[in-house]
Amino acid sequence: MSAPSSEGGCEHLLRELAPQVLGAVIRRFRDFSVAEDAVQEALLAAALQWPREGLPENPRAWLIQVAARRVTDHIRQEVARRRRETEAAQEADTVAPAFEIGSDPYQDDTLVLLFMCCHPALSEASAIALTLRAVGGLTTAEIAKAFLVPEATMAQRISRAKQSIRSSGVPFRMPTSEERTQRLRAVMHVLYLIFNEGYVASAGSQLQRLDLTREAIRLTRMLHHLVPEESEVAGLLALMLLTDARRAARTGPAQELIPLSRQDRSLWDVGEISEGIVLLTAALPKGSVGPYQLQAAISAVHSEAARAEDTDWPQILALYELLKRMSDNPMVMLNHAIAMAMVRGPAAGLELLDELDRDGRLAGHHRLPAVRAHFLEMAGDTEGAVTHYRIAAGRTASQPEQVYLLTQAARLSKPDVDNPPPHVPA
Amino acid sequence: MKYILLMTGTKTGVDTYRAWSEKDIRAHFAFLTRLSQELTESGEFVATAPLGPPEQAKVVRVGQGGAPVTDGVFPESKEFLLGYWIVDVESPERAYEIAAKLSGGPGPGGTRLSMPIEVRQMMTPHTAELP
Repeated sequence: MSAPSSEGGCEHLLRELAPQVLGAVIRRFRDFSVAEDAVQEALLAAALQWPREGLPENPRAWLIQVAARRVTDHIRQEVARRRRETEAAQEADTVAPAFEIGSDPYQDDTLVLLFMCCHPALSEASAIALTLRAVGGLTTAEIAKAFLVPEATMAQRISRAKQSIRSSGVPFRMPTSEERTQRLRAVMHVLYLIFNEGYVASAGSQLQRLDLTREAIRLTRMLHHLVPEESEVAGLLALMLLTDARRAARTGPAQELIPLSRQDRSLWDVGEISEGIVLLTAALPKGSVGPYQLQAAISAVHSEAARAEDTDWPQILALYELLKRMSDNPMVMLNHAIAMAMVRGPAAGLELLDELDRDGRLAGHHRLPAVRAHFLEMAGDTEGAVTHYRIAAGRTASQPEQVYLLTQAARLSKPDVDNPPPHVPA
Repeated sequence: MKYILLMTGTKTGVDTYRAWSEKDIRAHFAFLTRLSQELTESGEFVATAPLGPPEQAKVVRVGQGGAPVTDGVFPESKEFLLGYWIVDVESPERAYEIAAKLSGGPGPGGTRLSMPIEVRQMMTPHTAELP
């Protein structure tokens, strides 16, 4: 036995081991739901015991053993219950062969687990909850708090997710090579959603909440280590790091949004930026450039500009043109229009917005009038800009954005020399 | 996305409810309990609260020197908030579906009520999608 360096160190170790232990237990008992509950219990036991009594010789084996014992107890109870009910013993085929603690299938297990938790059969909310619990090793209470819902609600989301996995009959094994690309995309999407959920403007609320942004980065980093050859995973990790790097600069003292063009760039996290750029530089030459790498590349171009006015907009425009060809996404079209306006002027941008009006998919979305307001302002049509900033403010469901849009309208209806117009909308 | 479903009614409506039979009141209460259970099981429940009687309602404004000035005997026709439900759902359509269920709870003699439910999206601290 050795003492863990600190309670935080112990927690970190547990979260690292959680998916490996779960993978091993599922492999042996073939019941995701029962294994998952048992591993949670084992993690809790370790969290209580280890800081007091020191780390066991082999923490992973310890956890597997404790969890396996819980599963066996559960199976015994089940068998006894069934026996009482049907008077028939059915335990013979419930227990699979013992696992080999010596071998190292753990890395693969973690990956299989991620594929399972992010299965396309699950709703987004379920996949997020299950990934955080089964792969992230978080407790239901922690996840519930992060999403501001009661623990009972989150427990139900997790148990429904486990039921869906059971009823869909997804086997605990690596997807076939044909399935792999699509399934990996689903995993990346879930990690991206977790990151986005954590990327909130309000720093105050983060004091009591689990930092989902950091958790998403941790899980994506883990995925990147498991599949280093997948350049889109590297791209996603780079995108998260480059975005997270601006966190401190993104809001002001009253939690008000500060657009990219007006952020204090000295607050950007240099470490995260350089890690993101290194990842991206290694990934891009590998050939299969996908949307995450392109978005990361766009973010990197912004990061490389010492001042907003130094931004290499022609390069950003070129990257958005590539991205537009790759994905039929109206948000990409909108961002492309912004880059266009920065390079060729507001009239060119407004033309692209008319195209988006005809497209119709962003009808009712606040970002379309917000961007239009910005272009109108650039073109000198103050009245039109005020109108559209206010339309946008009436449509957003985000309070920081609403405040931002209303202050833009207010700034234009009452000229203020101390506040120059922004270069890009929030 | 989170939505708040607001149930409103008048003092007259509340008086009518108070005159329901025991069986009807029990049935309605059981319906509300079941709905909360269903929403928890579907992973959508966030919070609910019934509000105290409209007779106790006060509208407060700040007066001279910051003291509260209350206003409180309201006409029979005034709409009061009776209670709310907060749900975390995947789409606005799902919020409307839950609101419709809430609106159609059992009334006197097992008839279906048609309470007006105001559905409002709750604003979030989140900002638009990345980047």
